[in-house]
Amino acid sequence: MIEGARWKRWVYFYIPLTVFVVVLLFPFYWMIITTIRPDGELYRPWNARNYNPFWTWHPTWEHVKLLLEETQFLTWLWNTMVIAFASTVISLICGVFAGYALSRLKFRWAGFLGTGIFVTYLVPQTLLFIPLADIIRNFRLGDTPWALILTYPTFLIPFCTWLMMGYFKSIPKELEECARIDGARRWQAMVYIILPVALPGIFSAGIFAFTLSWNEFIYALVFLSSSAEKTVSVGVVSELVRGDVFFWGALMAGALVGSIPVAIVYSFFVEHYVAGVTGSVKG
Amino acid sequence: MASARGTTIQDGVTFFGRVHKKGGILEDERWFAAALLSPTAVLLGLFIAYPFFEGIWLSLTNTRVGVPGEFVGLRNFEKVWNDSIFREAVWNTCWYTFVTTVIKLILGLWLAQLLNRNFKGKALVRAFVLLPFIIPTVLSTFAWKWMFDPTFSVLNWMLFHAGIITTRINWLGDPDLAFSAIIVVNVWRGLPFYAISLLAGLQTISPELQEAAAIDGANGWQRFRHITWPLLLPVTLVVTLFSVIQTFADFQLVYVLTGGGPANATHLFATYAYQIGIGTGLLSEGAAISLAIFPVLMAVVVLQLMYIRRVETR
Repeated sequence: MIEGARWKRWVYFYIPLTVFVVVLLFPFYWMIITTIRPDGELYRPWNARNYNPFWTWHPTWEHVKLLLEETQFLTWLWNTMVIAFASTVISLICGVFAGYALSRLKFRWAGFLGTGIFVTYLVPQTLLFIPLADIIRNFRLGDTPWALILTYPTFLIPFCTWLMMGYFKSIPKELEECARIDGARRWQAMVYIILPVALPGIFSAGIFAFTLSWNEFIYALVFLSSSAEKTVSVGVVSELVRGDVFFWGALMAGALVGSIPVAIVYSFFVEHYVAGVTGSVKG
Repeated sequence: MASARGTTIQDGVTFFGRVHKKGGILEDERWFAAALLSPTAVLLGLFIAYPFFEGIWLSLTNTRVGVPGEFVGLRNFEKVWNDSIFREAVWNTCWYTFVTTVIKLILGLWLAQLLNRNFKGKALVRAFVLLPFIIPTVLSTFAWKWMFDPTFSVLNWMLFHAGIITTRINWLGDPDLAFSAIIVVNVWRGLPFYAISLLAGLQTISPELQEAAAIDGANGWQRFRHITWPLLLPVTLVVTLFSVIQTFADFQLVYVLTGGGPANATHLFATYAYQIGIGTGLLSEGAAISLAIFPVLMAVVVLQLMYIRRVETR
């Protein structure tokens, strides 16, 4: 339903949209093409003759091989997955409970606590990483996955709580009241009546939380030190860059493979993810 | 509280003389709420409130890595205040946040408008447009760093073959260019968040309003100015609030792209705090730097929240 003359459609719609899409996606194309391009083609000066940087006729797996055989990439991938999954589960449990309490129960400090959680939502990780590193060391959690599994919920819980509060508010109160009249206890009404209805919201929160924890960098950089404990982002930064030498082929392979799991999760649940993004904004 | 009790839920045994409802302590609304909130309270208390105060304490001592510190009062803040790199980092952070937010907002609105139309492959385009936002920033920033490479830059290749440049551009080697590069990458990464959130906002605006205005003779700009923009304002403000906080505290992008260089010209609060606190091990000074974000951030947030409230109650 785009009105107007044909040229108008092109100028006002197709051309700008195409430019947006191409610019937004080009870096990913560049990752892919760098991953499969042999070194000989990769390190050719930008003004070399007869050089087409956008295509290769000699695709190679050497970078992926280097990545898998000479670094602990698969371990990093596994670590990232475990940490993202565990912190998501913890945050979901806490966030769903807290969201339920704050949106559906009446108690004296409800408003105050709701504000408190909203404020922590606004505290960026970069504010706390130095004292937190100290605390993690004192708790003897340094260089273990627990350092991240326990700290990631600090930025995931506020978001989950916020999103779930919005979701719970949209569920009619009568649903619970009926169950209560039928003799259900409070926790039963919550677990058996409300949570199943809220499942799509929980799912959205989970997907969004998972991608956020996959994305986290500064805590992982500061709290982890040994190669076998690292997450993908930190591993790629610290082990594929040696001083001034960048292993670009392997770096791009790492970036690509490290992005695939989130991309897959995302592609299956786009709608939920979008609901998570917009829900986090609407509250 | 009294509404659902009564008929079917019978009173239980008395305990210490008080009447308890059947089902124990969790039947009491307050206790149930406390139980539900306690895991959150424990985690947020341990890993946000405690480090926050620990950070304040650290910043008032002279602690280094492995060396327990003594109380030194405000000396760290004094030192930081007189540090020219810190001042530049403050300026950089504010400028960076301002510029990227304005660009992201304008482009985001535009992209949201484009995506709000009906066209073939709409769902696919929407899904792809969000990719920069979901792919881990560190990883996608590396792709940009490679595109900005001084010798092998594909951007130079494109500009050269388009006849725009004749010599190479050292994107990340020049302070101004490096700063622009950081802005470009931040906009690239944040734009999808704006576009998708604003799109969700746009979809709640009834097309009938637009049609009615069009019938009354309003042109595209007028319709945007007097219908879309005011109705979209609440969503826009919240999106901007989140984005401002994230941008203000940005770390990964600068860490990967320039590391704060060349010659400390592109440091933000967070990267400078990292360099001092973790890089050189001056924990207390690093804590002071990252704490310095707090008042500025608070001021920005409070202003925005006040404005949001005003818009919402209007």
